[in-house]
Amino acid sequence: MAEVELKGIRKSFGKIETIHGVDLLIRDKEFVVFVGPSGCGKSTLLRLIAGLETISGGELTFDGVRVNEAAPKERGIAMVFQSYALYPHMTVYENMAFGLELSKAGKAEIDEKVRKAAAILELTPLLERLPKQLSGGQRQRVAIGRAIVREPRVFLFDEPLSNLDAALRVQTRIEIAKLHQDMGVTMIYVTHDQVEAMTLADKIVVLNAGVVEQAGSPLELYEHPANLFVAGFIGSPQMNFIDTEVQAAGSSSVTVTLPGGEAFTVPVDGTTARKGDRVKLGIRPEHLQVGTEADDGKLAGVIEVVENLGESHFIYLRTATGALVTIRANGISSLTAKTNLSVRIPPEACHVFNSDGNALRRLG
Amino acid sequence: MSGNSALKRSRVRSAWLFLAPMLVVLAMVAGWPLLRTIYFGFTDANLADLGAMKFIGWDNYLARYDGEWSGLLVDLLWWRSVSNTLWFTLFSVTIETILGFVVALVLNAEFPGRGFVRAAVLVPWAIPTIVSAKMWGWMLHDQFGVINDMLMRVGLIHAPIAWAANSETAMWTVVMVDVWKTTPFMALLILAGLQMLPGDIYEAARIDGINPVKVFFRVTLPLVRPALMVAIIFRALDAMRIFDLIYVLTSNSRDTASMSVYARQQLVDFQEVGIGSAASTLLFLVIGIVTVLAITLGKVRLTAEPA
Ligand SMILES: Nc1ncnc2c1ncn2[C@@H]1O[C@H](COP(=O)(O)OP(=O)(O)OP(=O)(O)O)[C@@H](O)[C@H]1O
Ligand SMILES: [Mg+2]
Repeated sequence: MAEVELKGIRKSFGKIETIHGVDLLIRDKEFVVFVGPSGCGKSTLLRLIAGLETISGGELTFDGVRVNEAAPKERGIAMVFQSYALYPHMTVYENMAFGLELSKAGKAEIDEKVRKAAAILELTPLLERLPKQLSGGQRQRVAIGRAIVREPRVFLFDEPLSNLDAALRVQTRIEIAKLHQDMGVTMIYVTHDQVEAMTLADKIVVLNAGVVEQAGSPLELYEHPANLFVAGFIGSPQMNFIDTEVQAAGSSSVTVTLPGGEAFTVPVDGTTARKGDRVKLGIRPEHLQVGTEADDGKLAGVIEVVENLGESHFIYLRTATGALVTIRANGISSLTAKTNLSVRIPPEACHVFNSDGNALRRLG
Repeated sequence: MSGNSALKRSRVRSAWLFLAPMLVVLAMVAGWPLLRTIYFGFTDANLADLGAMKFIGWDNYLARYDGEWSGLLVDLLWWRSVSNTLWFTLFSVTIETILGFVVALVLNAEFPGRGFVRAAVLVPWAIPTIVSAKMWGWMLHDQFGVINDMLMRVGLIHAPIAWAANSETAMWTVVMVDVWKTTPFMALLILAGLQMLPGDIYEAARIDGINPVKVFFRVTLPLVRPALMVAIIFRALDAMRIFDLIYVLTSNSRDTASMSVYARQQLVDFQEVGIGSAASTLLFLVIGIVTVLAITLGKVRLTAEPA
């Protein structure tokens, strides 16, 4: 029901600027997730959109209308806080109804809305309880219910699942995804958790130190990270980066030197690259192939540690140049530490980053 | 099981050991004087010759000689001082609570120089009562007082008023000075309560666009109520013992005399240790009853809250 646009949004606390000009278009009904390291300004950006903080510069529009000066209520947003922020002295029912009493809605109408939201979130048997008589997951559902009954144009979540245990997190994540489908509202969601970001988002916005590093669909960010920061941030375990040098560059490929000394050709747009440039070769742990005979590119070294997780395993390989490379593969590995290993690097899965940290466009 | 109870016994023993010094001190400084006072209340002790006192039973409270009732319980002056005290307590504590709440809300807001203002607000509380009573006594003086002078200049009054002596204004004057002195204390107690409230619910209320007045009555007040009740009971107990302020401002005027003033007058001015002690005992009982009432009624209200 609302398209949110940020144009050059800035925020300073006193003299210190923490958000340095963010441009972002959030389409109607889109599910946008903000991710980034701690302190990068995710919560601040969300609170600027909510109207809990005043915007220091730039323009924020909802459906094309400037809302910089509008109170949260006028913006038609609802927010779910990490700490739930339930009124401790009110029952679940009163918590959900409190925000509605102000509008001209009659008692019957409020009652209907609350009961409907409670039914969606399976809170009906808990309506007369106080927050302290609920589990963490139930409290979080009440907080979501309180947001639902307001029928907001934009739903804001600030790390709503971070206080829940792993199992409950998955369950609530699925509920939120379902809620988004059913309600068809714009949702903006802040999280630390990659899995949450990848599974929930239509669009992920990667923030770093108050600027947007990249915004795009989860797969776009995974397959085409725009720079080293995004490449390192998205994906777990982290992408391997190998320092190397350009031997030859063309519009359809770049040839670099592998730690073993062989030449290795990667299908990326190398029009801006020059022979002799220092670059980083990026390869995700899950793309390195163990036990495949390589004629296009290989990485050899000594195994330091093997971690078997059951459904998958990690191998940490020390190469001749001293770099530690992580390999991830399915199943259980019978390899042992202190033995030699050579793995294949599939060229089409590789990334190349220039000395400024920007990615060369992948063509594969 | 036996090990458990041995542990419990040793814990109980050490608890008593730690409590003992305090109990002894309390018994000496509070228990003994209290018992002595209660005992004196049943004698005809006189300050001039304490050694000659005799036990006279309930005569200080109520006695009948030649068909005439006498004793404290039929002394109109005593009852006047009881009603003065209760009146004073009711009005001063009510006004202090309301003003204290306002001040606490202001001090709870973020603004530059808040720490300084917090300290500054405490100044009236920090001044010894005798000093502030004397100070106000002069400011309210009918001939030389600055207050009369200001009010006359503004044209609010035409002739100076003897604020502390006039029977219509005396009690209000006492209440006003007490409010001036004690509001900061009340504000600080309430502020402590306010600072315990979670901040996030106020942001939730802002998101929901709930108006601040409603937030105050529906969120702040219910949540701060326990702290508020403690502050009120505390203040009420203090107010019922009021002595110094009234004595300095209005001396023994019957318009303002509190129970403590009455007891002091009997004890010192009339040297009637017996009657004074009986009055003190009654004062103790009245405060006890009001406290029990306040705590039980306060609790009832606390739990009856649709919390
Ligand atoms: N009220 C404030 N006053 C001053 N600085 C603030 C304030 N709120 C946030 N900041 C600063 O702004 C920066 C961004 O904070 P923010 O809370 O948005 O980070 P975040 O990305 O949400 O981090 P986290 O993942 O740890 O929640 C931080 O450096 C923080 O210190
Ligand atoms: Mg945050």
